Amino acid sequence: MIATSSPTRFLSTGLRRVLGSRVAAAMAAPHSVDRYLELFDPTWSVNEVRAEVTAVRHQTADSVTLTLRPNANWQGFRAGQFVRLTVDIDGVRRTRCYSPANSVHAGNEHIELTTKAHPTGFVSKFLRDEARPGMIVTLSQADGSFALPQQRPERVLLISGGSGITPVMAMLRTLCDEGYTGRITFLHYSNAAKDLIYAAELAEIAARYLNVELLRAFSEGAQCGELQGLFHREQLATAVPDYAEATTFLCGPPGMMKAVQKVWTEDGIGERLHLENFTAATPVIDSTNAEGDVRFARSERLAANNGATLLDQAEAAGLRPEAGCRMGICHTCTCRKLSGQVRDTRTGQLSDSGDEDIQICVSVPVGTVTLDL
Amino acid sequence: MSHFSKLSPEQFTAIGAEFDAIRNRVRADLGERDASYIRGLVKRQRQLEVGGRIMLMIPPTWPLGVAALSVSKILDNMEIGHNVMHGQYDWMGDPALNSKNFDWDSADTAKNWKQTHNVEHHTYTNVLNRDHDVGYGLLRMSTKQKWEPRFLANVPLTVLLHTFFQHFVAVQNLKIEEVLIYKTKTTAQLKEDFKPVWKKMRKQLAKDYVLYPVLAGPMAPFVFVGNVAANLARNVWACAVIFNGHFPEDVEQFPESILENETRGHWYVRQLLGSANFSGGRLMHVMSGNLSFQIEHHLFPDLPAHRYAEIAPEVRAICERHGLPYNTGSFLGQALSTWKRIFKLSLPTRGAGPVREELVTAELEPLRMAA
Ligand code: FES
Repeated sequence: MIATSSPTRFLSTGLRRVLGSRVAAAMAAPHSVDRYLELFDPTWSVNEVRAEVTAVRHQTADSVTLTLRPNANWQGFRAGQFVRLTVDIDGVRRTRCYSPANSVHAGNEHIELTTKAHPTGFVSKFLRDEARPGMIVTLSQADGSFALPQQRPERVLLISGGSGITPVMAMLRTLCDEGYTGRITFLHYSNAAKDLIYAAELAEIAARYLNVELLRAFSEGAQCGELQGLFHREQLATAVPDYAEATTFLCGPPGMMKAVQKVWTEDGIGERLHLENFTAATPVIDSTNAEGDVRFARSERLAANNGATLLDQAEAAGLRPEAGCRMGICHTCTCRKLSGQVRDTRTGQLSDSGDEDIQICVSVPVGTVTLDL
Repeated sequence: MSHFSKLSPEQFTAIGAEFDAIRNRVRADLGERDASYIRGLVKRQRQLEVGGRIMLMIPPTWPLGVAALSVSKILDNMEIGHNVMHGQYDWMGDPALNSKNFDWDSADTAKNWKQTHNVEHHTYTNVLNRDHDVGYGLLRMSTKQKWEPRFLANVPLTVLLHTFFQHFVAVQNLKIEEVLIYKTKTTAQLKEDFKPVWKKMRKQLAKDYVLYPVLAGPMAPFVFVGNVAANLARNVWACAVIFNGHFPEDVEQFPESILENETRGHWYVRQLLGSANFSGGRLMHVMSGNLSFQIEHHLFPDLPAHRYAEIAPEVRAICERHGLPYNTGSFLGQALSTWKRIFKLSLPTRGAGPVREELVTAELEPLRMAA
């Protein structure tokens, strides 16, 4: 990676050492130093990666592309990895994973994230409609093993569908930037030409780099793509005859990923396929009957859901979770739910199905629930 | 108990449903407004703290520095710390405003406080032997509490409690009286329990009385005295607010038997009868952490406290409808009433047990203490 060092970055590194010291911590105790730094600039932090949105582009009707300037805590990423982005929406903190789409050679002062607003996508919709330059978001460091290996493969096939384009876009841009000489095939599936994010840039790259072949497949009507319809074996064999020799990176909607994986497994070349899983939204269950299991992830225990509160079920399973009032007022029993839905016994309200804190003394599982307990 | 016996079972159910409805409505409405309120307040508190600590180092601004730091510590402990640690802002999902993580600028550990306060005090509000806040194991606050000679010191001990409030609260969970007086706890256990408390206390003491004075160089004595003053101001104020919330004369205390088969409706009524409000302007409410709405706070301990003012009229209306008292008054009026109770209860209550005998022992007690 190219090290870019501006004077502000240098200064903040020196300052960071002081602010991260034990004296600073003792002065701020019991609060964190960050809480005081925020008084001066919302992106200042001792450890956290915070970033300012510097540009907002709408490449297609339902997508948004954000350019972010992270603070000095950002350690960079490998092309293909993702970050967890956290924003506050109506007072509530929400976290989602996005893969930076920029080249790793663009420097550490720049991250580009693109998201497509799904009809049920709470955060993506918010970002598309509300993101403005100047907005501050919190990021994690880059994570995930879906990434270009340090030792670049000789032949690369990038397959993506819909907004799954972002991590492979990062790979394509990175390889082009570093003068990669092997052959790259960029195979992308989308509904229609108007939904293709990065359309102009892809065309430009394909025209400029002779080793890059662009294959666009559109599934709706007669479109001017190189390919038609959804992914299938014959289409692949014709369009990319040497696919078995390539190192392939795949990211897209679950249906498409499955179809691709099937071909690679059948051909016995599964180890040449690297993939990034989009987490599919779990279906909403609105049954009042006790179904599924209660999984206690940390203690590695499993119990059949009997319809009682999670606190009772945990205790019945031999666990001793912290608890106090057992009626929902003291918050002692608050515990992380990793997945699944619960019903609040006081209000009858159903929770989200994602990762969140719940009070287990007033929560009954609806279907399978996994607790960090 | 009088008010309890006046209500029919149907009324308890109705009261439960009415209060639940308020809670659910406010809970569903929480959002940006509440988030900005608490974040804004945290910001204001940190500004006051940083500004205060700087002003303490400059002689002409020293008095202002004391004022700013005092206000900052009061905000930190009350409208921010107390309320955040109640889980009032847990729904935001912000680790910095979460009841699991938050710690306050006080000698008390967050963990111990949540046990004595959120669990014991809020679940068993004003139930003798269950709610340790009834007298903190130190004072006699109810006629239902058996008189012991040591309670003759009720008044001076209350003064002491106000002065060193943060440290008393810090050791509250240790239940020292069980070791010293009732002998139901061993010294070894006490020592063990004290370890985490001492760790926090030490940090707090070191920060205010060593680190900041040292950083001030030649101004060290000023900073030291300024910090003593700010801590004292916070102690006295916090203690006074809390006493006003539960100890004015008409506030009821309950025997343990009241907990048997307690329904949600009963629980609400007990909270109501065990708490008292005091009136004031916006500043008074913020500075008291909205505990000026102690009644609303006890009904809905985990709703953001700045909402209490909005729901107070509804709560009052429910009380009126069911013929329940809604105890409120001026700050001074409630304080006066509280001190009257503390004074009265330092003496053996007439008709409660063999008064004569107790008086004899009582006379001996101060002598023994002096010796
Ligand atoms: S145990 Fe008190 S809220 Fe669950």
